[in-house]
Amino acid sequence: MSSAAVPGQRSVFRRLSAWLFAKRRTKLGFLLGPPMLWMAIVYLGALAVLFLTAFWRQDPLTAEVTRQWGIQNFKTLADGEVYRTIALRTAGIAAATTIICVILAIPISYYAARIAKPRTRTILLLAVVLPLWSSYLVRLYSWRVILSGNGFLNWSLEKLGFGSLSISYSNWSILIVFVYLWLPYVVLPVYAAFERIPDSLFEASADLGSKWPKTFRRVVLPMALPGIVAGSIFSFSLTLGDYIVPQLVGNTQFIGNVIYQSVGVANNVPFAAAYATVPVAVMALYLLGARKMGAFEAL
Amino acid sequence: MRTPSNVEPRAVRIGMRIGTGVVLAFLYVPLFVIVLYAFNAAQSQSWPIEEFTTKWFGIAWRNGQIRDALGNSVKAALSAMSIALVLGSLAAFAVHRFRFFGRETVSFLLVLPLALPGIVTGMALNAAINFGGQIFGLSFSLFTIILGHATFCIVVVFNNVIARLRRMSGSLVEASQDLGADGWQTFKYVLLPHLRTALVAGGLLAFALSFDEIIVTNFTSGTEITLPKWIFNNLRLPNQRPQVNVVAFAVILASFIPVYIAQRLTEDRRDG
Repeated sequence: MSSAAVPGQRSVFRRLSAWLFAKRRTKLGFLLGPPMLWMAIVYLGALAVLFLTAFWRQDPLTAEVTRQWGIQNFKTLADGEVYRTIALRTAGIAAATTIICVILAIPISYYAARIAKPRTRTILLLAVVLPLWSSYLVRLYSWRVILSGNGFLNWSLEKLGFGSLSISYSNWSILIVFVYLWLPYVVLPVYAAFERIPDSLFEASADLGSKWPKTFRRVVLPMALPGIVAGSIFSFSLTLGDYIVPQLVGNTQFIGNVIYQSVGVANNVPFAAAYATVPVAVMALYLLGARKMGAFEAL
Repeated sequence: MRTPSNVEPRAVRIGMRIGTGVVLAFLYVPLFVIVLYAFNAAQSQSWPIEEFTTKWFGIAWRNGQIRDALGNSVKAALSAMSIALVLGSLAAFAVHRFRFFGRETVSFLLVLPLALPGIVTGMALNAAINFGGQIFGLSFSLFTIILGHATFCIVVVFNNVIARLRRMSGSLVEASQDLGADGWQTFKYVLLPHLRTALVAGGLLAFALSFDEIIVTNFTSGTEITLPKWIFNNLRLPNQRPQVNVVAFAVILASFIPVYIAQRLTEDRRDG
């Protein structure tokens, strides 16, 4: 063994590992300490500052943050009709995106898991994952170009004889782009859920006299539900936290746009922090529901 | 291996096949369209493209702003990836090897920056950097970009490494210890070779995640420009569009590299 040539160094390692082996707590501390310290300081610390900042306020004269406690930010949010509308629109489009993603994910996942030959399945899965590796912003930008008035979409529709649409810069284009961006995140867990259902259940259901539609409704969907809910967490959360898509292909505001402008334009960090607690609360409720449906085991 | 079953009637099979085709077209047509635009001679974005050229490639190549942005993005992604590789692996070792109070909380805490909406993570870091600026002079810079990116990259390394550790037989480590290897030797000669592909895959994913990130980055970067930020700032300026198209083309091409590497790695495993 080569390290036997340097006995001094070897014995140091040896003594260190013997010492660590005996002291499992210390070893655990060495392993767990750095990542947990990082997460506690950088992430939990940041979240704590976020919640603190939400209760501070911006001095109206100097535009500086003053550390003076109060709930005026939340009062502004509760009183402002516009903030409620924006929050409801954000959650509504997030829910619509999620439902459409699930509907689109079912045929391709089912086909890959149950019908396709192994080789086709590999290619299909690769084809679904590949867009995730190319830039979010580039994929969004391509839709901005396609949806524009004299762009690819309207040209194709006119060639097919459907006439042109004027959906650029609308909630429709926001919805299309969100579905496009998050669809792969939904397909993967749904595919995994279909894949896990044993063949024997399909046969049993058929033997008991069920035709395919009934088998799908009564056996496949209930068994795949945790996977479907797991996939929906991604599309819902990602839509809830996005402000780039509404800004680039839409003409309406999302929660994120208000936050981004409060920070970037008005420099009102406390108000932005207060509004950011809304998606946290919505997401907490969603995750609680998802856990009840067993989605965490399917992740 | 599962043989294709005959449970599904013919109509269902055909329907599923059509649905699959539609979804694939939906996923790929936009990418093909934007690739073509990189060769568009005109500045306008109207379709069909009238005249093709490669002149914008040279112009984009000589653009100093793009080069600076690319340099920053690579620096940030490499740093975030390195931090994530170290911290993610450490956490995976700890969770895999030890039973301790709050063990389930670890993976939950790690996934939180990705599970919570991007605007929340971005805003939290922004508020913290502002606060840190008032307390001890922290300022928006490449450093704060890396802080944010590393935080949500840790979980992808963690997931890859722990999945591999769970598949690896624990007796390998015991055998190594019985044969007289110290902790470092066991790590170097037994653990590391087993984890190599998991580390590469996790590292690539972390790099890609950081390289593309814009939602959190806008909140942590101040005036520092990254490649996604350059695209974001320029795609609305009509005379910059041709160069944005070229950068988009390059980014799509570059995204095939990690996929290719990952594919090669799985082939290697099959041969070995």
